[in-house]
Amino acid sequence: MRVAMLGLGSVGKGIAGAILERDIGFTLTAVADSKSGRIEPSGIDIASMLEQKERTGMCGTPGVGAVDILASDAYDILIEVSPTNAETGEPALSSIREALCRGKSVVTSNKGPVALDFQSLHRLAEEHGAYLRYEATVCGAIPIMHTIESGLAGNPITKLYGVFNGTCNYILTRMAEEGLTYQQALLEARERGYAEADPTYDIKGIDAAIKLVILANAVWGMEKTLDDVEITGIDGVTTASIALAEEQDLTIRLIGEIIPAEGVLRVSPRIIPKSHPLVVGETLNAVAIDTVMAGEITLIGKGAGSLETASAVISDLLFIRDCHGRRS
Amino acid sequence: MKLEMKDSPGQLVSVIQPISEIGGNILSVIHERDPAVRSDVLDVQILCEIPEGSLEPLLARFKQIGVNVLRIGEERLLVRRSVILIGHLIHTDITDTIDTIDSTGFAEVHALSMIMPAINEPSSTKMTIKSDSLANVNRALDILRDVARQKEFLIIEPLEDV
Ligand SMILES: NC(=O)c1ccc[n+]([C@@H]2O[C@H](COP(=O)([O-])OP(=O)(O)OC[C@H]3O[C@@H](n4cnc5c(N)ncnc54)[C@H](OP(=O)(O)O)[C@@H]3O)[C@@H](O)[C@H]2O)c1
Repeated sequence: MRVAMLGLGSVGKGIAGAILERDIGFTLTAVADSKSGRIEPSGIDIASMLEQKERTGMCGTPGVGAVDILASDAYDILIEVSPTNAETGEPALSSIREALCRGKSVVTSNKGPVALDFQSLHRLAEEHGAYLRYEATVCGAIPIMHTIESGLAGNPITKLYGVFNGTCNYILTRMAEEGLTYQQALLEARERGYAEADPTYDIKGIDAAIKLVILANAVWGMEKTLDDVEITGIDGVTTASIALAEEQDLTIRLIGEIIPAEGVLRVSPRIIPKSHPLVVGETLNAVAIDTVMAGEITLIGKGAGSLETASAVISDLLFIRDCHGRRS
Repeated sequence: MKLEMKDSPGQLVSVIQPISEIGGNILSVIHERDPAVRSDVLDVQILCEIPEGSLEPLLARFKQIGVNVLRIGEERLLVRRSVILIGHLIHTDITDTIDTIDSTGFAEVHALSMIMPAINEPSSTKMTIKSDSLANVNRALDILRDVARQKEFLIIEPLEDV
């Protein structure tokens, strides 16, 4: 199948590399970054394209962009992996809409559009016989959507809770392990590339809250927005408070929870036993799914990273390919 | 509970031991010899806190060692919940915060441990609230959340009932 990709950063390069190196049966026919793009209906030479990107910062010709690619009809599936804008979702939101309207399926790792416009995007996909998949938007490499949708099919989910932000998890882990202050741990996270220059979204709990919104809407068909989430970040957590918890074999983690029956949609730092399955180290993510028949299931894995996030995108691509034809 | 046992050396210890073995906490022990009754038995009243669900095993253990349980007083459930408070707790009068809980009549601040911060930094305190039911502990926590909002401190609550 032919795929077009918008965005060639950390995630995009991981996907391009996977298409090149693994024999998964996809042809990359179009790609764009912020300044350039290229459309080659017979298939892009990925290795030389990546080399050009590395050398010049541009993957193609200046002036070729998302609009040209979307209109080209050179693709069956659009991969949208450009930067997240949590306020407007743009420009990704418009690109996704455009592709769906043309009956093209979309796979994205971009939380913005999915969290902001969940219902209408799904309606659009439905109307045009296309798929919209977004496994990579929640917990990176962890196959949370696939697990709930296929693995736990037929199981009512009563509660979802977990560690949805690797940056916060890293900071809290380092504060607990080394007695670092919040500022020191944040600085360290930045140095190691785990926190962005402006870490507000992560540390204030907004990133985790956006993921909860996506899950609430996807799993239970709720119509939630970011405003519905009760959010407390980790910037007020002190080293002393973690030490107090650790006195009793407890620790503090940023936990996101959805408990529909109790109307709970919340992100907050919580006291949790160190032996709890959700207490994971470093930048890991973990999510516990409480089900009626299967009891509780906990998934742990990498919440970010080039190849890790690409893994989730690839699984969505394969899902669409395998489902294709069933609909038409 | 009121127990009856043989009045011989070491007997008292033999009833106290099983209580501590199950993780219980003895609050008071009253023992009396009542000469009007039999002189070879000792009546003992013990007031203790024991973990939920451990009363049955304890009674079985007493039976095994030949201690007669005469009466079990009112069984009251005790629920404890610890939260961590972060903020300028002393400036905002921690005593007043504690009183707000204690004056409810249905819950009390059972323990408090505070780590003193550097000047101008917020302090961190672990507060344990105790009550006779989960509902009352939750009511007390609701009140504490209101106080936290007013006094602008952060409450970190347990994820589960720890
Ligand atoms: N990194 C992760 O581990 C991870 C995990 C889960 C989800 N995500 C999400 O995945 C998306 C991509 O993340 P990333 O880490 O790959 O970001 P990134 O490294 O910043 O890359 C973003 C890419 O998008 C390109 N771009 C910017 N504006 C564009 C536009 N208008 N049209 C087309 N391309 C445009 C950029 O172009 P230039 O190369 O010219 O700058 C860059 O190639 C984000 O939405 C992110 O939130 C990332």
